[in-house]
Amino acid sequence: MFDPLTAEEWRAVALSLRVSFWATAVSLPLGILVAYALARWRFWGREVLNGLVHLPLILPPVVTGYLLLVTFGRRGSVGAYLDQWFGIVFAFRWTGAALAAAIMAFPLMVRAIRLAIEAVDPRLEQAASTLGAGRVWVFATVTLPLILPGILAGAILAFAKAMGEFGATITFVSNIPGQTQTLPSAIYAALQVPGGETQALRLVLVSITVAMAALLVSEWVSRKVAKRISGA
Amino acid sequence: MAEVSLVGLTKSYGTNRALADVSMTIPDGAFVVLLGPTGAGKTTTLRLIAGLDRPDAGDIRIAGAPVTADTPAQRDVAMVFQQYSLYPHLTVRENLAFPLRSPVLNWPEAEITRKVGEVAEVLRIAHKLDNKATQLSGGEMQRVSIGRALVRNPRIYLMDEPLSSLDAKLRADLRIELKRIHAELGATFLYVTHDQIEAMTMATHVGVLDAGRLVQFGTPREIYENPVSAYVASRLGQPRINLLPADAFGPAPAGAVQIGLRPEHVRIGEGQPATVRRVERLGDQTRLHLTMGPHEIVTLTDPHTALAAGAQISIRPDTPLWFDASGNRT
Repeated sequence: MFDPLTAEEWRAVALSLRVSFWATAVSLPLGILVAYALARWRFWGREVLNGLVHLPLILPPVVTGYLLLVTFGRRGSVGAYLDQWFGIVFAFRWTGAALAAAIMAFPLMVRAIRLAIEAVDPRLEQAASTLGAGRVWVFATVTLPLILPGILAGAILAFAKAMGEFGATITFVSNIPGQTQTLPSAIYAALQVPGGETQALRLVLVSITVAMAALLVSEWVSRKVAKRISGA
Repeated sequence: MAEVSLVGLTKSYGTNRALADVSMTIPDGAFVVLLGPTGAGKTTTLRLIAGLDRPDAGDIRIAGAPVTADTPAQRDVAMVFQQYSLYPHLTVRENLAFPLRSPVLNWPEAEITRKVGEVAEVLRIAHKLDNKATQLSGGEMQRVSIGRALVRNPRIYLMDEPLSSLDAKLRADLRIELKRIHAELGATFLYVTHDQIEAMTMATHVGVLDAGRLVQFGTPREIYENPVSAYVASRLGQPRINLLPADAFGPAPAGAVQIGLRPEHVRIGEGQPATVRRVERLGDQTRLHLTMGPHEIVTLTDPHTALAAGAQISIRPDTPLWFDASGNRT
């Protein structure tokens, strides 16, 4: 029977999907909150927050990975605390890969959502508030439906970025097959072995297929959402 | 419904002082119209009462209780904006139902449907209920935006030139409709307009703003017949009051620098010679554009007058208004 991938390669694909899914899902609420704060609130330290969010985009991924290792490693300041009190370990686990992917993807997610929020006419929210709607209700019934395409775009961008994340991941959680070896790490590992080109090529094809599928699904979903909102 | 009082309200946007020490009481059940040119502070007053902006100084009280620290929702007001601000992702029905769907109100669905249908009927948009808000004409959008305020019974309705984008017939109809709502519900209104007919026919009280200050507050009749200044006198009256040098018709009272002549203050048939330059027949009234020496005067005459351009007549003032050097009444 024709099986394009070995069990180990399937594990890398599955791990990549799992890492990207959780990286996106867990950071999305925070991403919306940060985007909303940056777009709508004027507070002290706003520029600093904006800079922090964008830092992973500008820093070499290796630096981000190293900083994660120093902070969230077993001996890291935050990592040791989390391990001791909550039993949460990031170093050399798939959760660490998800954390690295989430942080690397966060600037893209926030940017997309922030642009969507800034495009909402503030008068719509003001009108809602002068018609008796509290802050949370205004956000849930006016702002959120209007920025849904932006949230979707941000989430898909983040997912795609997470699927491709390599530098910070390999620095932070290494490249352990079955544990932390994501699709890009597996391609990298295959290329290090003499004669590994065919294996690398198979994984590259999988990578392209997943990316294409994600793109098509996102296009289709955003078209549906945009249609529902504009009411055309 | 409630009394709303403003005490010493002051508000600046950057270096631009929008309101300066405005105090006013809007009695329970009153229909107060704010008059003034663009930038006089009319919209700012509405936004401060709605809670969209915070005053720099002063107090806002609704039903006796200070609300300055409350959020817009807590104040229980309803505001209609000059720009319609409808929710583009909702249908007309959902736009109208929006204020009733708030979880704190917890209205039963049947009640919401009934109320929305009733308001849609009044504003004549019932046939558009299932359209998206973005598919309406400007006038329809404005009606939905008024309707969205009318579905509730807030403590005060705040309306910022709500009829300005409508055509003349609809405007006249909705004027009557708002007046009826005011009379039937005993609702309290604060209403901004440039339209003199709206001000005169709807208002129980008129407030005149000048560069952020409230310069006069009273009944429409008081404002029209007994204005405190030339500025206030110019806000009301169609055609506008004629302002001439005080001695245009001869000796003036001490201190008077300007004489103000409304059309009814111009007596035709005696006094100074004047030339008819133009006769403007508007149907229900006929306006005469006159020149008297270097001065131009607009007045009204009999709709079926035989006067034509070039005719020589004589005019004299009849109980005119006198203003001093700073424009105040003497």
